[in-house]
Amino acid sequence: MIVEDPRSARTAERITLRVNGTDRTLDVDARVTLLDALRERLALTGSKKGCDHGQCGACTVLLDGRRVLSCLTLAVAAEGAEILTVEGLAREGELHPVQRAFVACDALQCGYCTPGQIMSAIGCIAEGRTGDDAEIAEAMSGNLCRCGAYPMIREAIARAAG
Amino acid sequence: MQPVSYRRVRAVDEAVRAGSAPGSAFYAGGTTLVDLMKLDVMMPASLIDITHLPLAAIEETNRGLRIGALARMSDVARDARVVERFPAVAEALERSASGQLRNMATIGGNVLQRTRCAYFRDAATPCNKRRPGSGCGAREGINEDHAILGTSEACIAVHASDFAVTLAAFDAIVHTTSANGERAIPSAAFFHRPEATPDRETALEPGDLIVAIELPRSRAAARSTYVKVRDRTSYAFALASCAAGVERAPDGTLADVRVALGGVATVPWRAHAAEAVLRGARPNAETFAAAARAEFAQARPTTQNAYKIELGMRTMVRALETVTA
Repeated sequence: MIVEDPRSARTAERITLRVNGTDRTLDVDARVTLLDALRERLALTGSKKGCDHGQCGACTVLLDGRRVLSCLTLAVAAEGAEILTVEGLAREGELHPVQRAFVACDALQCGYCTPGQIMSAIGCIAEGRTGDDAEIAEAMSGNLCRCGAYPMIREAIARAAG
Repeated sequence: MQPVSYRRVRAVDEAVRAGSAPGSAFYAGGTTLVDLMKLDVMMPASLIDITHLPLAAIEETNRGLRIGALARMSDVARDARVVERFPAVAEALERSASGQLRNMATIGGNVLQRTRCAYFRDAATPCNKRRPGSGCGAREGINEDHAILGTSEACIAVHASDFAVTLAAFDAIVHTTSANGERAIPSAAFFHRPEATPDRETALEPGDLIVAIELPRSRAAARSTYVKVRDRTSYAFALASCAAGVERAPDGTLADVRVALGGVATVPWRAHAAEAVLRGARPNAETFAAAARAEFAQARPTTQNAYKIELGMRTMVRALETVTA
């Protein structure tokens, strides 16, 4: 349903996003990215805004099981898809195996890129791109870590994929 | 970002009707469009979401493979038929962008991606491509990444796509549809050199929708590779790249040879001068070097990018060595 707001000539839309298995209904301007909808409207601040231009990977989420960048996805366009964010990984208080591996391998320093690294790692493992260290490095090149925790990140992914 | 309306379409004719309205833009992967909307470089009034159209299949045709415009880069790169019959295409896709971007970006959108020229991306600077007649910030500015082939007084921006370089090499066909009917546009006619109108990048008219890209099969395509040289090992645009494919005659000479360049030109650059040297010749270091010299004789560097002549020649030679090894 499209709602014209005569005061601003903006176009708002009521959408239902399926996030971490739950339907969430909200009114959004067509320009709102999935990342902003998650963070600012649904209080899911695990997905991080780094560059906001698809260059850093901090905003990575899974859309229908595939890793994508929520900063370059419009929220309205994500309606109908299964959206999985870092908040949806733990089951009954148990961390996801990739989360556990990141803890075990100390695969972070400041932690800002970590939710994106973890979501990208889950996608990367599902794609079967974890054959060796070089393949993991190549497959994870879309996730930057300014602290330089790359060796431990790769180790955590290898361990979780193992 | 400027205000914009959004509409999801379910049928191709509905998309074409909606897309013919002034100020409309098709939304597919969103990786170029949303990025440039945030920078006020692209300012469509309405978005037509085409991602739910049935245009993602990869099918056999009499000529070769027809890749639906909405097939994602990652799916095309891993399609067994693409890997076997068009290895350069698969390699070019695998070496593009990142895993996330390849999961989002579509094959039709890939050929329409905009240049990474920093002046094009900065709405506060002059750019003939973004604002015709405003001038070129790059020509006397920071132009170390810019083109040396196919440039004009108006524009020296590099075409960013790796995939499109392989389309140029193997004579791909861009299939479009619009209110005026269907067109099959050879890749050589699809990409426009900047000349005096760098804002006109392709043969598409307003309302044209790319529905598929067809890869004609050939022996040269089946024996091909894509070499990409960049500032870092992964997740970077090409400084120079080369798609090369060969067919050897029984006597070892090159019966057919296809060479195209990326990272150095304003459009995906078919290296006709190099091919003329190579065709019928014996593949060896002297021939490859002569071919590279022939192609780059027409290079026109600006203040900071003369290194791309030597880099481009070496990249071409390496691709030819790889594919004839």
